Amino acid sequence: MKYALLICDDEQVSPSNEELAADPVHQAWQADLDRRGARLTGMRLRPIVDSTTVRVRDGETLVSDGPFAETKDFVGGIVVVECANLDEAIEIAAGHPYARWGGVEIRPIWE
Amino acid sequence: MSAPDDRAREAVEAAYRDEWGQVVATLIGVTGDWDLAEDCAQDAFAAALATWPRDGVPRNPGAWLTTAARNRATDRLRRDSAGAAKLRERAVLDRDPAEPPPDEIPDERLRLIFTCCHPALPFPARVALTLRTLAGLSTAEIARAFLTAEPAMAQRLVRAKRKIREAGIPYRVPPAELLPGRLAAVLAVLYLIFNEGYDDDGDEQTARRALTAEAIRLGRVLVGLMPGEPEPRGLLALMLLHEARRATRTHDGVLVTLEHQDRSRWDRALIDEGVATLDAALALARTGPYQVQAAIAACHAGAPDAASTDWPQIAALYARLAQLAPSPVVDLNRAVAVAMVDGIPAGLRMVDEVAASGLLDGYHLLPATRADLLRRAGRAAEAKEAYEQALELAPTDAERRYLASRLREL
Repeated sequence: MKYALLICDDEQVSPSNEELAADPVHQAWQADLDRRGARLTGMRLRPIVDSTTVRVRDGETLVSDGPFAETKDFVGGIVVVECANLDEAIEIAAGHPYARWGGVEIRPIWE
Repeated sequence: MSAPDDRAREAVEAAYRDEWGQVVATLIGVTGDWDLAEDCAQDAFAAALATWPRDGVPRNPGAWLTTAARNRATDRLRRDSAGAAKLRERAVLDRDPAEPPPDEIPDERLRLIFTCCHPALPFPARVALTLRTLAGLSTAEIARAFLTAEPAMAQRLVRAKRKIREAGIPYRVPPAELLPGRLAAVLAVLYLIFNEGYDDDGDEQTARRALTAEAIRLGRVLVGLMPGEPEPRGLLALMLLHEARRATRTHDGVLVTLEHQDRSRWDRALIDEGVATLDAALALARTGPYQVQAAIAACHAGAPDAASTDWPQIAALYARLAQLAPSPVVDLNRAVAVAMVDGIPAGLRMVDEVAASGLLDGYHLLPATRADLLRRAGRAAEAKEAYEQALELAPTDAERRYLASRLREL
C-alpha cells in the first residue's frame, strides 16, 4: 500500500530545517524509514504565509493568499511511503516529531 | 410442516447464531472480500435450509456451512473474469474445496473482531460492522436497534467496508505491542452494544433489548478466543451482573434505583456466572477497568439487602477505578460511595468538585446525585431545586417519572 503522510501543525513551533535535522526524534524517524525501505518521496513545504490558493469559478480565476483549508492545522510536509498496511503507516506516522504537537494525516494513495 | 423439518429449521437457526461469524470470518480470510464473504455465507445458510430437512443435519454444521460458502465463493469467482477476482480465485482454489475441511477449523473470528473494531474506523461504524459481520444481525435489525434509517445504516456499513479495503486496514489480530489498545477498542464496542440495549426505555423496543444478549454472546466468544486476557472476562462479568438486575430496573415504567430494587427477583444464575467469571479474570492477576467495575457490580449483587452493602469496599474500588480509568462519571459514582462511608457532607463535597469542573454540565445524573444526597441530608429546598434540574435533563421517560415521584415526596 502507498500512503501520503501529511505532516500538519499550526506553525506555532516551526523548527528551522537545521533544527529539524538536528532533532534526535527526526533523525530516529528518518532511520526508521530507511530501515523499512518505506520512503518513496518527501518534501517540506514552506510556511502558509508563502502560499497562494487558486480557484476557478464561472470561468474566472480567483487568486487568494493563504492556504486552502481554513483550519487550525496546516500541511507542512508531505512524505509518500510504501508499507504493508495501515497499521504500519500508523507506526511510521507516530514516529514523526510533528505527531507530538501537530498531527500526521494518513491518506491512502489512489492507485 | 413435519417434525424433522422443524428440527432441521431449528438446527439452521442455531447454526446461524453460533456459526455465522465464523463462516464470514473464514470467507474474508480466504477471499479478502467482505461483501462476497457475507453473500456466500448467506447462500450457505439458504442451502442449509433447503437441504438439511431432506438430508439430515450434518454432524458438524459449522464445517458444512464453511465448505458450502467456500464452494459458492469459488463458483462466483470463476464466473467473474476480472483480473483481481482471478487472483482471489487462486487463493480459494489453493485450498481444495472438494476436500472436506477438518473438524477443527482455525477460528478466524478474532481477526474479524479486531478488524471490525479498528480505531481508524468511526466508532458507530465499528459497532455496526461488528453486529453485521460477527453477530449476523441484518442491516434492518441494526438500524432499528440504533433508531437509524435503514439506508443510512447500509451506507455506514458500505463506507466502513470500503475504508477497510482502500485504506489497507489489515485483517489480523494485532501484534503484542498493539494488543492492549486494540483490545480496549474491541471491549468498548461490546460494552456500547450492551449499554444501548440496557438503556432502553422499557417500551416495546425489542430490537434494542436484543443488543444486550448479542453483547453477552460476543463477550463469551471473545473470552473463549482470548482465554489468557483478563479484561474480556471482566467485561463479560460486568455485563452478566448488570443483566441479572435488568427485570428490576423499572416498575410500571418508573426507574427503580438499586437501593429499592426487589433483590429476590435478581437472576441468581447470572449473578453466579458473573461472579465466577470475575474470579477467573482476577486469577490472571492483571487488573483493569472492566474487572474493577465488575467487582463493584458484584458487591451490589452479593448484598442480601441495600443496608448490608459493603460501601467501604465499593468506595475503595471506585478509587482504584479512578486511577485506572479517570473520568468525571467515575468520580460522581465514587462520591455516592464516599457519602455512604464517610457521611453525606464528604460525598456532597466530591459532587460539588465534579460540578465545578464543568465536565459533566448537562449530564442529568449530576443534579440527580446531588439531589439525592441533599434529600438524605434533610435539605429539602436545595434537593427540590436539584431534582428539577435533573428532571429537565433526564433522557428517558422512566427516569423522568422516577425524578418526578421524588420531587412529589419532598
